[in-house]
Amino acid sequence: MGATAIRRHRLATRLWHWLNAVAVFVLIGSGLGISNAHPRLYWGRYGANFDDAWAQLPRFPAWLTIPASYNLAISRRWHLFFALVLAFSLLGYLIVSLLNRHIQRDLRLRRRDLAPAHIAADVRAHLDLRFHDPEAPGEYNVLQKLSYVAVIFVLLPLVILTGLALSPGMDAAWPWLLDVFGGRQSARSLHFLAMAGLALFTVVHLTLVILAGVGNELRSMITGWWRVPE
Amino acid sequence: MMWRRRQLLARGAAGGSALLLGACDRVVQQPEVRTILFKGEDIHRGLQRALFDRDALAPEFRPEQMSPRFRTNGTRDPGTDAYAALRAGRFADWRLAVDGLVARPLALSLSELGAFPQRAQITRHDCVEGWSAIGKWQGPRLADVLRAAVLSDRARYLVFTCADYYGGAPYYESIDLVDAFHPQTILAWAMNDRFLDVGHGAPLRLRVERQLGYKQAKYLMRVTAVESLAGVGKGRGGYWEDNVDYDWWAGI
Repeated sequence: MGATAIRRHRLATRLWHWLNAVAVFVLIGSGLGISNAHPRLYWGRYGANFDDAWAQLPRFPAWLTIPASYNLAISRRWHLFFALVLAFSLLGYLIVSLLNRHIQRDLRLRRRDLAPAHIAADVRAHLDLRFHDPEAPGEYNVLQKLSYVAVIFVLLPLVILTGLALSPGMDAAWPWLLDVFGGRQSARSLHFLAMAGLALFTVVHLTLVILAGVGNELRSMITGWWRVPE
Repeated sequence: MMWRRRQLLARGAAGGSALLLGACDRVVQQPEVRTILFKGEDIHRGLQRALFDRDALAPEFRPEQMSPRFRTNGTRDPGTDAYAALRAGRFADWRLAVDGLVARPLALSLSELGAFPQRAQITRHDCVEGWSAIGKWQGPRLADVLRAAVLSDRARYLVFTCADYYGGAPYYESIDLVDAFHPQTILAWAMNDRFLDVGHGAPLRLRVERQLGYKQAKYLMRVTAVESLAGVGKGRGGYWEDNVDYDWWAGI
């Protein structure tokens, strides 16, 4: 301890991080509960028991679902409420982060970031459990940037828009949603795949938080203050 | 040593997650939490109604885009003596009652319903469970039937009473006037260019195309205009809404 501490995360970033974490947690749990009602995935506009499914999902166990015992109505209540939290907190975060230049400064991928040699060096650094550039410890490394960009600009918008495409009301309001995703059952499949991507990110993210030091990382996301590793 | 700590942390994370999931189940027992959570339905309905065209049409499809086989769901056959008698007579004696807050109560036969201007539409049926099927429906617009019955200004909801029984009472559903007067809301007597079969709700079912399958009431016997849903069933506007907490507005 006693090393230099820096202000790592802005208030808007921290606030959104925790709102989003809660929303993703509830949405995955309740979503797996909803999946148990009809655990088959299809491509195209329609899909039911007599149609060909590309995936037959397992029955998700009680310890993964909200609620634990199968209840489609209550799973849907959780899911549809926290869908609003997920979508509107992301919208707010994106607007604030454009204004305070968090996106332009911290998340923008530069050409030198993406040079193969630079990415390879960062992969080696990760394998050595070195996550911070000693020259600029406050910056995200390139693998971090790539994964955050994938979550914020690809997976979360995808999971929100495919979710909207499942609403028969939204399909009337925004029929282009169905054109973009190739039909409601395709949107449902993509919704599931985007969820799987977010779940994978969460597992890797939590693992790296543990490897990088839970106390320091957790404090920086709560108070903003982060101790620079020696 | 370090590794054991990590294992413990990983186990802690898994255990913590199970605790949080359990906490969700406990917290939802609180009436206050339930009230907030159940507000999601009103927020979604409010947003969709405020931001988008209330008469926006559900997507319609071409004949080659229809499901090869449209599965049945819910009641496959009401199985009562009264229904069996109507069915044996090929529904010649069946009448749809249109009553409640109307100036001219009606009792419409199938041929009278067929005399209204007809609308045919190939639309997608979305079950709350997640599956979808595309089929063709035909019948008069509910709006035209309500105009013929001269709906009162006090009417706010339409309640649909069915011939099939759930838990000792007839299945019922309800919609508000925005959906009742929507151009695609029809009383369908034909499906895929044939008379409705028993599995799909013969002789008549509701199609309210911007909502989920459980709103598409089958085996219709009666349409009642009411001012409030409070006195109907257990007051929440439908069999599933009353008994298992399904959303009354099933547009999402």
